[in-house]
Amino acid sequence: MSKRVALEASHAVAEAARMADVDVISAYPITPQTHIPERLAEMVADGELIAAYIPVESEHSAMSACLGASAIGARTFTATAGPGLEYMHNVLYVASSMRLPVIMTVANRALSAPISIWGDHSDVMAVRDTGWIQVFCQNSQEAFDMTIWAFRVGEDRSVLFPVMVHLDGFTLSHVIEPMFLPEQSEVDRFLPRFHYPYPLNPDRPLTHGALGPPDIYSEAKLAQEVALRESRSVILAAWDEFAGIFGRSYRPVEEYRTDGAETLLLTMGSYTETAKIVIDERRDKGEAVGLISLRLWRPFPFEELRRAVQDARLLIVFDRCISFGMGGPVFSEVRSALYDQDKRPKVVGFVGGLGGRDVSEKEFGYLIDRGRDVAKKGSDRMIETVGIK
Amino acid sequence: MKSRDTSIKAVRFGDGEVTTKEYLAEGHNFCTGCGESLAIRMALKALGDNVILANATGCAEVCTTPLPYTSWRIPWIHTLFENVGAVVSGVEAGLKISIKKGRLEDRGIKCVAMGGDGATSDIGLQALSGAFERGHNFLYICLDNEAYMNTGIQRSSATPYGAATTTAPAGKLSIGQITRKKNMPAIAAAHDIPYVATASPSYRLDLMKKIKKGAEIEGPAYVHILVPCPTGWRHGGDVTIEIGQLAVQTGIFPLYEIEYGRYRLNADPPNRKPVREYLKLQGRYRHLTDDDIETVQAMVDTDYAKLKEKVEAFPA
Repeated sequence: MSKRVALEASHAVAEAARMADVDVISAYPITPQTHIPERLAEMVADGELIAAYIPVESEHSAMSACLGASAIGARTFTATAGPGLEYMHNVLYVASSMRLPVIMTVANRALSAPISIWGDHSDVMAVRDTGWIQVFCQNSQEAFDMTIWAFRVGEDRSVLFPVMVHLDGFTLSHVIEPMFLPEQSEVDRFLPRFHYPYPLNPDRPLTHGALGPPDIYSEAKLAQEVALRESRSVILAAWDEFAGIFGRSYRPVEEYRTDGAETLLLTMGSYTETAKIVIDERRDKGEAVGLISLRLWRPFPFEELRRAVQDARLLIVFDRCISFGMGGPVFSEVRSALYDQDKRPKVVGFVGGLGGRDVSEKEFGYLIDRGRDVAKKGSDRMIETVGIK
Repeated sequence: MKSRDTSIKAVRFGDGEVTTKEYLAEGHNFCTGCGESLAIRMALKALGDNVILANATGCAEVCTTPLPYTSWRIPWIHTLFENVGAVVSGVEAGLKISIKKGRLEDRGIKCVAMGGDGATSDIGLQALSGAFERGHNFLYICLDNEAYMNTGIQRSSATPYGAATTTAPAGKLSIGQITRKKNMPAIAAAHDIPYVATASPSYRLDLMKKIKKGAEIEGPAYVHILVPCPTGWRHGGDVTIEIGQLAVQTGIFPLYEIEYGRYRLNADPPNRKPVREYLKLQGRYRHLTDDDIETVQAMVDTDYAKLKEKVEAFPA
């Protein structure tokens, strides 16, 4: 029986790592991720969790130590945010390319300059091509669930990819919410021990991380792309298993009141819950609006996205990041994913919620109204924004 | 493999024994006369096969692992240039906790990290300093060929005064490297780690003893090996050993150990040879005038005297 508790999302993540009986935690403090490693350090200090806590001197080393630990077959966890994620950028590619299933929480944070400790998705978008499986969370429950699920998927023998679990900095990472904590036996049933098939071991000397000359590099990269895309089946199966054991079900693209919706909003992360309030209000007034939320960011959920929007006339994409000189990165990816479809909605993109700027019901209302306007008459603005003075 | 293994035996090695097994396989791509490959070969013999080696990017990784080939007969991991101190930290911590949790048998696997002078004293210094400070039980081997040789002889902080490199070339207005060589063993020692040593492939018994000692001591250990590089130092492949000997005999690269803060000079030649003998064999110094060589001689004399003061103040 799971028990109902109130937990800060960061502590829910730490609890998930504890219940996953993680072996090695290697982390460097950065706001707003700090409550996760702090809680884990406490657990280790109190003997609630038997793990090596490596208090590294940078995020670059946090991820690098995770590589070493993972390569000997240890279950490995870290957490970071914003500039920390960028500082380990180089190492992220190595984790995915060497197929080392490190699990990492990212408390999403804006990038400098000006320095901002507050949330947006600039950090995520800068690492979208690093080859990690990436998911977004909307609340504490999901923060816990996705962390457990991340170990299950990443360490699967046929996957062996690192997984990033995204929580919005502060607006989710620091929020205390009611949630269900499962029994340890349920977690154990869902999550088997990690058996890395190629550990560094003197009994079987293996060379990890060799040089890729031009006659082999391209093939290695293609194999990696195929493997990441094929991880989809395990991703879906693990969510099904999760639903069977814990009673909560997750999909790559979450849909909310999309039946008969002519206008759809697209969000990611915790602001999805704010958007739901606006969808409810509009539905009550008789408007045919709905909401979809990308839970799975990589591998990109082409199929589910196309299916979710095929009957809509307008899709309004909300980006919490600017790809400078280009606009909203999620907007461009979504529009590109739909381009070849015979039946597809018009896609309009907005940028907002940068560096912790609040996006309330009022702004989501504006998104719907302005989105319809732009769809009808076009836009004379360089970039459509919301909530920016 | 089987037939190769039956021929392996232990042969006399100073007051111990050394294996005839080669852990660095034949067929690698190191240059002819490479001091680094010699040092690695000897170090691996001293370490044996109960070891995991983390390697930074550099000649050693490039010359030994062009996919699908490998020269390593021990478990080996390379990830990036700048992070080997952190990677070995993860290996060591992972092994330790896995043993504690009963998931791995405790068989005394030695954790070793290795990098060039750039990977050690420049780009990887922070990661290495962190690993020392946290006290991981590992040996770090610095293979110092005094420049970024793998990328084409660019200067590093380990390049000595007066040496010409491609990014600090000798010219009408410059002597080449105008800065002093960073004293990396002193930086390692400043972390109060149990063992720091310098070594040379020209003194192979000494080198192997130090590697063995560094691997066996509990806590972080650092062995700094000066490895002549025929390509970058511009000397013939047939004088590698001689140049290594001259580096020691002139006092340019003294062989010493610091064990728990106590210094031991392994060789203190009563009549150090003039540095000119070392410099004249190498094309990277060919532009130096007599005055320049005097300047180098004065620097070496000062540094050597400083080291001897430490040895006298804190003798082993």
